[in-house]
Amino acid sequence: MTIEVSEREPHADPVSGPAAGQDSNDILLSVEHVSLAFGGVKALTDVSFDIRRGEIRAIIGPNGAGKTSMLNVINGFYHPQQGTITYKGEKRSQMKPHDAAKQGIARTFQNVALFKQMSTLDNIMTGRLAKMPDSAWNKIVQVFAQSIYLGPAKAFEMKEREFVEGIIDFLEIQPIRKTPVGRLPYGLQKRVELARALAAEPDLLLLDEPMAGMNLEEKEDMSRFILDVNQQYGTTIALIEHDMSVVMDLSDFVVVLDHGEKISEGLPSEVQSDPVVLKAYLGVG
Amino acid sequence: MDILYAVFVAPFVDMVSYPAFFTEVVLGGLMTGVMYSLVALGFVLIFKASGVFNFSQGVMALFAALTLVGLMSGTVPFALNEVAWLAMPVWFAILVTIAVMIGLAFVVEFAVLRRLVNQEPIILFMATIGLAFVLEGVGDLMWGSNVKALDIGIPTGFFEISGVQIQKFELFAAATAAVLVAVLAVFFNKTKIGRALRAVADDHQAALSVGISLRKIWIIVWSVSGLVALVAGIMWGSKSGVQFSLSLIALKALPVLILGGFTSVPGAIVGGLIIGVGEKIAEIYWGPLVGGAIENWFAYMLALLFLLFRPQGLFGEKIIERV
Amino acid sequence: MFYRETGQFKTSYAADQALLPIAQDRYALLATLVIAFLVVPLVANEYWFQAVLIPFLVFALAAIGLNILTGYCGQLSLGTGGFMAVGAYSAYKMTTNLPDLNIVFVVLISGVITAAVGILFGLPSLRIKGFYLAVATLAAQFFLLWVLNKFGWFVNYSPSGSIAIPPRQVFDVTVTSAHAAPVARYLITLSFVTVLALAAKNLVRGSIGRSWMAIRDMDVAAEIIGIKPLQTKLLAFAVSSFYVGVAGAMFLCFWLGTAETEAFDLLNVSFPVLFMIIIGGLGSILGSFLGSAFITLVPIFLTNAFVGGLGMQAVTAKHLEIIIFGSMIIFFLIVEPHGLARLWQIMKEKLRLWPFPY
Repeated sequence: MTIEVSEREPHADPVSGPAAGQDSNDILLSVEHVSLAFGGVKALTDVSFDIRRGEIRAIIGPNGAGKTSMLNVINGFYHPQQGTITYKGEKRSQMKPHDAAKQGIARTFQNVALFKQMSTLDNIMTGRLAKMPDSAWNKIVQVFAQSIYLGPAKAFEMKEREFVEGIIDFLEIQPIRKTPVGRLPYGLQKRVELARALAAEPDLLLLDEPMAGMNLEEKEDMSRFILDVNQQYGTTIALIEHDMSVVMDLSDFVVVLDHGEKISEGLPSEVQSDPVVLKAYLGVG
Repeated sequence: MDILYAVFVAPFVDMVSYPAFFTEVVLGGLMTGVMYSLVALGFVLIFKASGVFNFSQGVMALFAALTLVGLMSGTVPFALNEVAWLAMPVWFAILVTIAVMIGLAFVVEFAVLRRLVNQEPIILFMATIGLAFVLEGVGDLMWGSNVKALDIGIPTGFFEISGVQIQKFELFAAATAAVLVAVLAVFFNKTKIGRALRAVADDHQAALSVGISLRKIWIIVWSVSGLVALVAGIMWGSKSGVQFSLSLIALKALPVLILGGFTSVPGAIVGGLIIGVGEKIAEIYWGPLVGGAIENWFAYMLALLFLLFRPQGLFGEKIIERV
Repeated sequence: MFYRETGQFKTSYAADQALLPIAQDRYALLATLVIAFLVVPLVANEYWFQAVLIPFLVFALAAIGLNILTGYCGQLSLGTGGFMAVGAYSAYKMTTNLPDLNIVFVVLISGVITAAVGILFGLPSLRIKGFYLAVATLAAQFFLLWVLNKFGWFVNYSPSGSIAIPPRQVFDVTVTSAHAAPVARYLITLSFVTVLALAAKNLVRGSIGRSWMAIRDMDVAAEIIGIKPLQTKLLAFAVSSFYVGVAGAMFLCFWLGTAETEAFDLLNVSFPVLFMIIIGGLGSILGSFLGSAFITLVPIFLTNAFVGGLGMQAVTAKHLEIIIFGSMIIFFLIVEPHGLARLWQIMKEKLRLWPFPY
């Protein structure tokens, strides 16, 4: 795998360490001693790890380990009872989801959370809303401008359309752009969801089992896209994944959760042979 | 200052200074509340078992009452003349009406519910509005739309306890409601059918996959609701005559359900009582300040407050969103 | 073979996103407008204006308003009547206190006032949805009508309790009250509706429309991708109430000329308008028109058929109408829950292939 140093963010080479010029302390997201409980159920207990800018971090673990809860905490959907999240240098553990989106965190979901009655194109366009100004005054102006359409609203809409078409080309979903997403097969829906997340030009992309339910060919495509996103746009990626080979190929570093606790962390090759991890997955000593 | 006094102090002073009157107001409110509860019960049943908010519940009560009166007076359906030898004794008429309501449940299941399986709740809600219209029209055509009196022998008059008048009729209504609630509670919680009903309410598809026949369940539920509607119709009809306004009680049921929770039988009772008492007290003690007719919207405002602070009502299930 | 798109390629995104990308649709709309503005005024008589065309237009606008809130943004509302009343009574108070203010502005400002009221009653939507929100809007419905009834100020202390619009002119033509020619009232209503419908269509296909639909389809996901839920919902309430308020003002000014609160209650407005958007098609501007046409025309047709054609008593006819009306609602919900607009779409799809079956 060749390393391309993009103009925006250097990519961390898993073999030779952080690319030259990148501060190894350039941490985008820091999770510190986070604990989350629902009533009596402890979803996460004292989890800490960092995600560095430009890296692909895999979060793995057996079912029920708390991986989705971890992502939900990162993007503000759940608020941990203890611990802090530091994002872009600022501590924020009570952030609301739409603030997270505006700060550059985008995500996809285990059960595809697309807007089923809208077309692919419209779904991806909604992803752009995170980048739009949304103060009350802006909204009032937008109402008037958009009802007239001709003039600034049209120009703006065309610009958005061009940008979104760029993403559509990137993810090769041109033929389905007008199809209501509810009618698409599952694999394509996941790709559209990725497109919608990308539309927000995120700094941190959270992917919850992006390969789930895909066949080998689809997985290869999706892996290629994820790598391209990381290398071309320099987007930092945290992904939950069950398929070990995908984790090996894609990720720079791995965090392993089990029953809400972090049990291992490190390079993919290290984690793969860690006996603690093997025990958690297989239940064998 | 005067206004503050009038709103926040004077009414309470009134209540305390004339306790007998206050008690009568509260009792009156409780009785109205019981009547609301009876209608709300029908809603809860259907909502619990099919997730449908049955807007036609009020019209069902009207239809049941109309049928009962028609049978008792020997009216020929659709022809609207009274034939003496057709007039049925009260108990027989009630039995026939029950049969009619069960028949209605069959028809509704066949014509409406079966065709709308798996549609969104708002579609089903709209369908019940359509059903309300149809029942209204049919009821009027069959039995005539003039106001009718209904008398099945419920005791009237009142007796006094330490200066407070208690109406016998309303006591009877309260007792009936209590019995009905007890029977329904047993039905839901202790019988096999009751369990199946709760399963259907939770998840249509899952219930189907374990072999519960949706058809049968719906027919049963709508029949039971029909019976509840009949009881409500008898109570309301005896009190204020059988007329169109009976069907509008359905609208009052919504705030009752908000307060009590859409899926709770005891909630329907408690919610009804709170609304009934609240309305009466608001009208009597605060009504004069704003020229009356607070009863039009008081229930809804109360429901609104509940919605803001406790949307699941007093007894309903908390709604959790998962992504 | 007439409805083919062959040869109509779009060479720019602008062309693709145009209101009516298919040329035949453009011609059809143009033809409709020509007929509506030029032909109808010449051939229709007073009965048609008063009983059919003007109410069709007024309620179509109200249906567009409700569709924005319920069909596009997914917030169920049973308060349409209350808001229409606000529009009507605002127009009344404004024009009686400021008689020199042009009626066009009066109507528009009534819409703005209604929008403000709509925002107020939309606040609960942050915490509640579905049926529960419907109850909140019911509260609005009853409360607003009660307020308008209770305080004589709204009717200028008239003893009858009803309001009547005085004659007002636009370009020296009287357009309100009994003094106005039906044609004039029709044309000004048509103008309002055409402009506002166009604005609505533009609005729902832009970013604001998309944010509404996102909230409707999955509001949790919408929030996660950066949409502010309360703001978006309140915007829907505001714009929707504006449309409904304007419809209410037109109801008073250009259609009946008089009104009392009963005219705006649940059974006379809130439910019929809801039926319009359900039968016409949720989330469709065209559907709002189709639904309004359906709901306005069917009762007239039925009455004429039963009383005129079959000589029934009016009372019996009324009962039968209610039965048929209810049955048609159920029928529509079973056969095409997405309304006439979807049927229309299906028809167009078939037309594209005609004369081939598939």
